[in-house]
Amino acid sequence: MPVLSAHNLCKTYGAQTVVNGVNLAIEKSQCFGLLGPNGAGKTTTLRLLLGLIAPDAGQITMLGQDIPRQARIARQRVGVVPQIDNLDPDFSVIENFMVYGRYFGLTATEIEQRIPALLDFAGLANRADAKIQDLSGGMKRRLTLARALVNDPDLIFLDEPTTGLDPQARHLMWQGLRRLLSQDKTIILTTHFMEEAERLCDRLVILDHGQLIAEGAPRDLIEQHIEPSVTEIYGENVAHWRSSFAAQFCLRHEYVGETLFCYSTDGAALIQNLHAQTGLRYLHRPASLEDVFLKLTGRELRD
Amino acid sequence: MAMQRNTFTAPVLSLRFIPVWRRNYLVWRKLAIPAILGNLADPMLYMLGLGFGLGSLLPSVAGVPYIAFLAAGTVCYSTMNSATFEVLYSGFSRMHVQKTWDAIMNTPLTLDDVMLGELLWAASKSLLSGLAILAIIWLMQLQANFWFSLWIIPVVALIGFCFAGMGLVMNAVSPNYDFFLYYFTLIITPMVLLCGVFFPVSQLPAILQNVSAFLPLTHAINLVRPIMLGHMPTQAWLHVLVLIAYGALGFYIALGLTRKRLLC
Repeated sequence: MPVLSAHNLCKTYGAQTVVNGVNLAIEKSQCFGLLGPNGAGKTTTLRLLLGLIAPDAGQITMLGQDIPRQARIARQRVGVVPQIDNLDPDFSVIENFMVYGRYFGLTATEIEQRIPALLDFAGLANRADAKIQDLSGGMKRRLTLARALVNDPDLIFLDEPTTGLDPQARHLMWQGLRRLLSQDKTIILTTHFMEEAERLCDRLVILDHGQLIAEGAPRDLIEQHIEPSVTEIYGENVAHWRSSFAAQFCLRHEYVGETLFCYSTDGAALIQNLHAQTGLRYLHRPASLEDVFLKLTGRELRD
Repeated sequence: MAMQRNTFTAPVLSLRFIPVWRRNYLVWRKLAIPAILGNLADPMLYMLGLGFGLGSLLPSVAGVPYIAFLAAGTVCYSTMNSATFEVLYSGFSRMHVQKTWDAIMNTPLTLDDVMLGELLWAASKSLLSGLAILAIIWLMQLQANFWFSLWIIPVVALIGFCFAGMGLVMNAVSPNYDFFLYYFTLIITPMVLLCGVFFPVSQLPAILQNVSAFLPLTHAINLVRPIMLGHMPTQAWLHVLVLIAYGALGFYIALGLTRKRLLC
């Protein structure tokens, strides 16, 4: 039985349908990605799943509870890392755990027993009494994640957990999430970093204009939608090269701004040809989830 | 078309509000002494300055020395201010700026729990400010009878509840901190002048006396002043009911509006 399932979810604001017939089934110990451009309906979907807002149509079952009717019971076993940090700035690191744990009805003794492991998880063992304002962005993010674990949840929601973090902090966050997955926790993740989704997610969906437009494992989606190899070609002679060679060497190509994206099976012949050219620069790489995302949701700005 | 969800259903109240109340208490406790002294300074200056300064020019007001008359008004309006400031500025910080409410609503608690916690916390905090003023009044022996004046304590808690409930409505509709100024200039300050804090309502023109009769601060003062001066308030239950009604209705409206603001 899925840890969380949603059937035909709909949510409308005025004339705008923000979530339109979304179906989800998330299995235990999976990392499930919810991707989509800005305004695609990701945050509304998360709020629906948590039972914070009521859907206009559809059913949700989370941890065996009917949502939103029994959301209170379900949230007892859920942890949430919001997009914007909402740590309590009036308290120290430890006090944040104490205060947050009480919202779950935990006793002081129960919370105190969990704090060393949570501090260790967040890499904040030596900052237990620090004020929130004195923590770096990465520390705050890890503390927010650790705080979401205070009730030892089975299911963890993460809304853009690494936005704004430097590469070191991001890798540390990923390590933490992998540790949780190895402990059989289920994770639901939204992110704008396709690399992050590719690394962490077992399965993901891409949401656009409130509807699911793709679903599957990252590898399968790449295989299904994009040729195995991608070459990005740019430079002063790119237009000329395109008219002379693109049809010959690319299975498919598209011209975006100043860059020619060339999709091929392995690209060996293409690279040989490019090597002999002057006035061109190129980057050859395997197809990625970002290619899938841009192909399916388009390249226009969404904000 | 979207279904227009009715957010004005009955509040779902439970003891789950306690951790919310406690959170606010723990923050307050960190700065309790400066907070109490800060809250005390302003009303004390008015009470002592006007009480002695203006009082020396007056033979007596309503049959007692002016400072004794002023003492009851001071307890009421400073309790009102304390509750109002707490739900407006501090409450808005927690709801809108720090997103503390959002964090809490991701746990098994609901908005109803959060707002009940805020309401009762603001009432508790304003009770503490009211008590601080009462302590000074007792020290200065401005009350007629100490034991009888203890009845002021539950009335102060009720005043806190009343104005906390009303203030939460403003919190629910406010886009930013500046908006609260309207509430002070249009509601709170006129009440201080119309409800008998500084002078008896009977000194006002008849039409303003009629307005005054509908304002909650009038009913608060109609309870506290007689008790301070040693006799039983007339129509005590009416005044109590008006204060409960303003607070409860305010809370109900505020909850409906805040549900619409945060949960739709």
